[in-house]
Amino acid sequence: MVILGTIIVSALVIMTAIAPWIAPHDPAKTRVGPIREPPSPQFPMGTTHLGQDMLSRILYGGSIMLQVSALSVLVCFLIGVPLGLFSSYVGGVFDRACSLVIDAVYAFPGLVIAIAISAMLGRGVVNMALSIAVVYIPSYFRVVRSQVLSIKELTYVEAARGIGAKWYTILFRYVFPNVIPSIVVVTTINFADAVLTAAGLTFIGLGVEIHIPDWGRDLTSGWAYLSSGAWWIITFPGVMIILLALGFTLIGEGLSELLNPKLQR
Amino acid sequence: MGLRSYIITRILLTIPTLLLLLSMVFLIMRVLPGDPVALHFEKKATPEQMESMRRALGLDTPLWTQYIEYLGGLVDIGYILEHGYPNLGKSMQTFEEVGGQIFSAFPATLELAFYSMIIASVIGILLGVISSKSYNSILDHLIRGVGTVTYAVPIFFLGIVFQLIFGVYLRWLPTGLRINPAVDPPATITGLYTIDSLLQGNLFKFFESLKALLLPSLTLGIILSGIFIRMTRTNMLETLRLDFVTAAKARGLKESTVTYGYALRNAFLPILTMMGLQFAILLGGAILTETTFSWPGLGRYIVDRINFRDYTAIQGAVVVFGLFVTLVSLVVDILYAYLDPRIRL
Repeated sequence: MVILGTIIVSALVIMTAIAPWIAPHDPAKTRVGPIREPPSPQFPMGTTHLGQDMLSRILYGGSIMLQVSALSVLVCFLIGVPLGLFSSYVGGVFDRACSLVIDAVYAFPGLVIAIAISAMLGRGVVNMALSIAVVYIPSYFRVVRSQVLSIKELTYVEAARGIGAKWYTILFRYVFPNVIPSIVVVTTINFADAVLTAAGLTFIGLGVEIHIPDWGRDLTSGWAYLSSGAWWIITFPGVMIILLALGFTLIGEGLSELLNPKLQR
Repeated sequence: MGLRSYIITRILLTIPTLLLLLSMVFLIMRVLPGDPVALHFEKKATPEQMESMRRALGLDTPLWTQYIEYLGGLVDIGYILEHGYPNLGKSMQTFEEVGGQIFSAFPATLELAFYSMIIASVIGILLGVISSKSYNSILDHLIRGVGTVTYAVPIFFLGIVFQLIFGVYLRWLPTGLRINPAVDPPATITGLYTIDSLLQGNLFKFFESLKALLLPSLTLGIILSGIFIRMTRTNMLETLRLDFVTAAKARGLKESTVTYGYALRNAFLPILTMMGLQFAILLGGAILTETTFSWPGLGRYIVDRINFRDYTAIQGAVVVFGLFVTLVSLVVDILYAYLDPRIRL
């Protein structure tokens, strides 16, 4: 599962990266062909309602989604992990307050929070990434916290404390490495969720500007012309989003099975 | 602890969570960079116009006062008794009561959520049980694969594909709205069209609203069923290994009796709790499903308001989503405690 997922994800990343060299047309250029032309030898994936080449837009279109998900995962990681480590290690009132806030966010429909924040911040890659990040910080916090709670009681941590190690040394050098496996699983699942949330935000009109090639964006404009029956504007971007999300999900599920031998029986 | 004192404690514990949630929404909508009034006009208004808008909506007072008024509006019993819904402020677009608009959109979401939940549970539990019974067979892998793929499918994409196939190509089912526009909706009793039409004994309207419900609730139900398959499978695998199942088999009971009457019954409790947890995801999915199918519910309302940059209405809708999820998790917890006395210990 991990291997298959990695192949899918890296293929999509490479495809997006080399798009400028392999794409037959400029993805944003309109009227390179007839409007809403079904797939043909000249336009293998057909053309959009503006006469743009669908194949070129598919090749380029992963870029926004990959940027948004990578950035949001990074933000989640940089806030959720240290907060979880610190909060559970310190304990007491600080830990309880953090957990209460985090649990409140966690219980809320994620997409609703992302929509609210996104509506206030406006469009753009960074704003989308930030609003998605807020939703998934709790997952990191909760996983790290629950792990640290048991790890910090282990003898080797006690020993480290006994030889007079500073709290940050204990936390980052002794405790953190043991949390990494669980964080990796959360991160890959988070990637899949971020891709889907980004697509959702785009669908309701909070994504990037219309001329930018983006799978979510194209799927949405294909939907607007649904009654014309132009299946290619809908299907190709949709399948690409599924592949990307599926790739990350497969990696995450595979890793979590490898790291959790209990599930394997 | 008795059931009653458990329920009281659980309700009391909900209060800080709610307060936190409401404060969070206020923080997002009012304190994040971006002035709602300026955003609403997209810089196309004079400062005087913006000022009068602020005054009309009470946005010119200090944040602290606004916060108190916002919380106060939600618990203003007099207002609730008079209108039948809490005070959520006025819409920036229409200057109507946001509470009233949300109140009339809510039944549509409830109806969609209800049927989707049924579909997701039936598919999820059935496939989950089959998968666990045929552990590690091709069928098991196939079902698990389906579960994984549904997780990766954007919900609106599935909706659009359904619309394309059953609406545009085959023309079997409507691609939007709660009922055929040529048919008058049933008179409002509960606000749920299928139930209202049945109560009034109007089978024609019942089938019309069911037809409109089919694609949206299938979309949402199928996407959600993936998680249910996995939950059921894991819980069933654990339960099937327990001694009482072996004992039941040894007594010569029928295979199906053992599976459904013994194992599933015991695996059901954790599944029920998980279902409660999925409710937040269900509501998130409902926003996208409603948008895809022009379903006039709360999700469609919030998306419409975003397009009008109607920030007071967005805030109100987000608050209602939060209240709804909190209420459901409260009910699920109480139900769980009722079904499993160990929780109350």
